[in-house]
Formats: sequence, C-alpha cells, structure tokens
Amino acid sequence: MDMTDMNSAAAATPSGRRQGEVILDLQNISLRFGGVKALTDISFNVREHEIRSIIGPNGAGKSSMLNVINGVYHPQEGRILYRGHERQRLEPYMAARQGIARTFQNIALFKGMSVLDNIMTGRNLKMKSNLFQQALFWGAAQKEEIAHREKVEEVIDFLEIQNVRKTPVGQLPYGLQKRVELGRALAAEPSLLLLDEPMAGMNVEEKQDMCRFILDVNDQFGTTIVLIEHDMGVVMDISDRVVVLDYGKKIGDGAPDEVRNNEDVISAYLGTSH
Amino acid sequence: MLYRENGQFKTSYAADQQIFPIFQERWAMALLLLVAFVVLPLVGSEYWFRAILIPFLILSLAALGLNILVGYCGQISLGTGAFMAVGAYAAYNFMVRIDGMPLIVAMLLGGLSATVIGVLFGIPSLRIKGLYLAVATLAAQFFTDWAFLRIGWFTNNSSSGSVSMARLDVFGVPIESPVTKYLFVLTVVCVFALMAKNLVRSAIGRQWMAIRDMDVAAAVIGIRPMYAKLSAFAVSSFIVGVAGVLWAFIHLGAWEPAAFSIDRSFQLLFMVIIGGLGSIAGAFLGAGFIVLLPLALDQIPHLLGIPLSTATITHLVHMIFGALIVFFLIVEPHGLAKLWSVGKQKLRLWPFPH
Repeated sequence: MDMTDMNSAAAATPSGRRQGEVILDLQNISLRFGGVKALTDISFNVREHEIRSIIGPNGAGKSSMLNVINGVYHPQEGRILYRGHERQRLEPYMAARQGIARTFQNIALFKGMSVLDNIMTGRNLKMKSNLFQQALFWGAAQKEEIAHREKVEEVIDFLEIQNVRKTPVGQLPYGLQKRVELGRALAAEPSLLLLDEPMAGMNVEEKQDMCRFILDVNDQFGTTIVLIEHDMGVVMDISDRVVVLDYGKKIGDGAPDEVRNNEDVISAYLGTSH
Repeated sequence: MLYRENGQFKTSYAADQQIFPIFQERWAMALLLLVAFVVLPLVGSEYWFRAILIPFLILSLAALGLNILVGYCGQISLGTGAFMAVGAYAAYNFMVRIDGMPLIVAMLLGGLSATVIGVLFGIPSLRIKGLYLAVATLAAQFFTDWAFLRIGWFTNNSSSGSVSMARLDVFGVPIESPVTKYLFVLTVVCVFALMAKNLVRSAIGRQWMAIRDMDVAAAVIGIRPMYAKLSAFAVSSFIVGVAGVLWAFIHLGAWEPAAFSIDRSFQLLFMVIIGGLGSIAGAFLGAGFIVLLPLALDQIPHLLGIPLSTATITHLVHMIFGALIVFFLIVEPHGLAKLWSVGKQKLRLWPFPH
C-alpha cells in the first residue's frame, strides 16, 4: 500500500470501518497509588474492530488506563466487562490468554534475544508441547516449532523486517525496535491490541509506516485497537472514537470531530484565560 | 578461509533451526566428540582422567545447570553447592536403602530430589530479585550444610560423617577404572548438554529469557512468571543434582558435606560468569578456565626448566590466575562464549577486513 492508499484509508475513517458490538466496557474505574489518584471514575467502552484512541496531556493517566485493561494494575473501584463477562482480579498473563496484547511506551523488548526469538515469544501461549518433548526437540515439539515459525515469518513479512530477522534487538535502531515490539504483539493474534505511543520519537516517514501497519492490522485481521498517541494529526486521522483524559478524569469522548471542538479538551490542551 | 557459510542455503525452517547450522561447525563438533570418546580413552593417562578430565566434565555439567538459572532465567543463585549435595546424598540413600538400585536410576532420583529442594528454595524468587534473591538462596547452602552434618539419617548414621560409594556398575559394566568412569561421565554430560540446548532453543527457553530481560513485558504476552521461574529452578537444580551425584560417586568416591560447601557455589558462579551467561558452550569454557588453567599454569615452570619451589609456584599461579580473570572480564564482560562467537564472526571474513 502506498501513501495515496493510506490517505484514502485514513479519509474513509471513521465512517468506512465496520464496527461491531462493545467488546470492552469499563465502568467507573478508579485507581489510586496510596494518596495519588491516577484515575477517577472513568467509564468508556471499546467496540469490536474500531480504533479507539486515548489522548491527554502528560500524566493524565493514559498508560495507567492501559495497565488496568491488561491487568498490570488493579483498580480499587469499578467494573470491567470483557466480551460481556465481568472480570475479576486478573493477572497480565490471563489478559493475554483472553486475546489482549500490547506494546509499551518505553520499548520493552527482550534485549538479549534476536528479532525472531522476540516475536516467537509472542506465540508462546499457542505452544502446547511440554518440557520433556522440548528437551528432546523431536516429534511434536519440533513440528510445533516449525509451524509457529511459519506464522512468525508471516508477521515478519507483514512488518517488512526480513533483513534483521536474526539480529539481536538491542542492535536495532529505535524505529525498528518499535516495529519488532508491534510484531511480538501481533504474533499472539490478539483480538484487542493496546498500543502505547507507538509513534513516539519517530520521524515523519517512520510515523507513516507505523500508521500504515496499524491500519493494515485493523483492516486485514479485524483487530480492535486501543491507541495512545500524542500526535494529534495521526489520532484525528485514524481513530474512530477518541477518549480524552486529564488529571485522571475523563473530559471528552466521541468522534474525532466532536472531541476537537470540545471546550474542556481545548482548555486542557491550550489552557484557559481567567 | 575455511570457516564460511557461503553457498549453504537453508530451504526449510527445520534446517534453519539446527544447533549447528554451518557445515564446518558440524564437522568440528563431530571431530571433538570423536576425540573425546575414542582418542582420549586410548591415549590418556590415569592422572589425566582422575585429576583433569573427570572433574572438568562434572563441573561443566554443574555450571551448565546453574547457567540455565542465572544465565537464561536471570535468577542469581548461591545455593548450587547445596543442590549438588542434595543430589549426592539423596542418591546415596537410594543406593544404600534399596537393594539392587541401579546407578542410573539412583542418579536420576538424586536429580529429582535436588529438583524438589531447588523449587522450594526458588519460591522466594517470585517476590524478590537480584542480589536479594542470591542471599535468599544462600539459606539453602547453610541449611544443607547443617542437615547433612547433623542429621545422622542422611549419612546412614556414619560415625565419621563421611560416606562412601564403591563398586558401581551400569548395566553390568563395572565403573571402576578411570577410563570407564570418564566415559560414563562424558556420556551423561553429552546427553544433558544436548537436552539443555534443546530446552533453551524451545518455547520454555524463550520464556526464561523473556523473564530475564523484561519480566513485565513477559507477563503481558502471556508468560506466567511463576511457571517460568520455578521451571528454571527445577531444570537447573535437576542438572546440578545429577552433577552432584557424579561428583560424589565418581570423582570423590568418599565424601563429607564440606565437598559441597559455599566455596563450590562461588566457584560454579564464577565459571558461569567467566564462561558466559546464557550460553551452553560458556559453561564448558568457564569450567575449563577455572579447572584447567591453574593446572596448566602449574606446569609451565617445569616445562621451561625454571627452578622454583612448589610454594612459589602456587603463589604465582594464584596471582596470574586472578589477573587473567580480571583481564578476561575487562576484554569481554559477556564471557568467553561471547569472545568465541566474536572470533567466529571475524573468522567468517578472514583474511578480508570486512
């Protein structure tokens, strides 16, 4: 897909994209660390197949919100419904098992491992052979290793990182590391993908590439995406709906155009005259 | 010139996933095994087997086990000596208390006993990390030192506190002479090294390394930290336990708890660090460095015909050995295995600069 396609795809949103049922429903979420209120009474939902952005100034609680969704933090109050089921206290690996994958704001790759191995770890939930079969590396274990390698190669092709397949990730430039991290999340074939500032610190070309990958993931695999991003151009272009946080509170929610014209949002970003 | 992968194209993922993907490496490995299994038993002297090769192989195995825990899973342990002791004393009790217990079964049971204790002392790793964990595993060391010294049952109420194991055999073949002992140890080490390599290149190995490199990210992609850490403790202490059985039964013959003191734990940790964290070959290189180098240094004055007293030589060996450790760690903090792989990379292009 070249740039014109990307523009047309972006222009087609939000109306062009199919949207399904509510897949994730967050109700009255409050999260505190001691006396610090990270999130206060936040409610919003995510529909299947949509691109849902979370924006807000620094320290607004965006990353905390993602950490709540995938079980790294446990909110003191509120209910989380995922696919209609209320979720009890849940650990991150259980969220992964339910099909929630994510990338991190600060790259959280496995530095000592190659690109290939990093992405292979994304398949680990789907690997069923036991320790003894793996020790012998024979029969089922080897077949499985090859089958998952094929899947991983598809991800590598998709992200166009074939040439660095066997490079230790620590040696890659920043933009590629971000891409590998997306690959690791994609390898798990998630139904809900949480992206924490996937374009931070990138130049324009890298941002365009990343946008293209995000839109392609959404388009080809139907993956629901929750996106945190500071680049308003990107957010307004590719999101279906945007939720705005400020100081741990929700100050706006809706289609990009609604949010853009919301008084509270404008004052949070630009300040108000008193 | 000789070490090139030119023209060696992989056409299947199976071929790409081989342990030695390069043709020359496969031949070098085959040659090494041929020398170890055939040539050395024909030409080696009794001193070589007893004092050099057997201890080198057994400590390599223990270092290999420890490397899985420290190098691959990133959990520092100072309880290696303890897990070796558990293996040795457990196997001893199985041999003494059950008539007709085969050596290999006792060895594996010893390993399993070490696994149980290893997992037990690994539980703190779920809450604490790094140096704090190292101190927690130290508890294992002190506990086993105490238990095997004070609880008579473990030593079959031996009055001296020392126990011994003689007249070993495997499938009716006596393991008495140095050569048979050497071949037995070599076989066990090769089998375990192969299985360890298979583990670290499979899903479980990637889980261990993921926990080591970034535990939050590992949990977020579905790796259970508890399972990954405790399985690393289990596999590691199993291998270490088996090494303990070999050390006691084959190398020492008669032993007391001091054979598995904290010094042993430190020695093994040094082997892993000098050899290379997170490398199977590193365990062998590290053991080679720590076991073989002092012996080699010891011989140099004799070979050069320099008249020095034995005491002076011992002092010199200590000083040179210490200096070499520092030198190697400065040249390559990631250990000899890293140095080895850098060397191989250079060799691929040699004699051209790039």
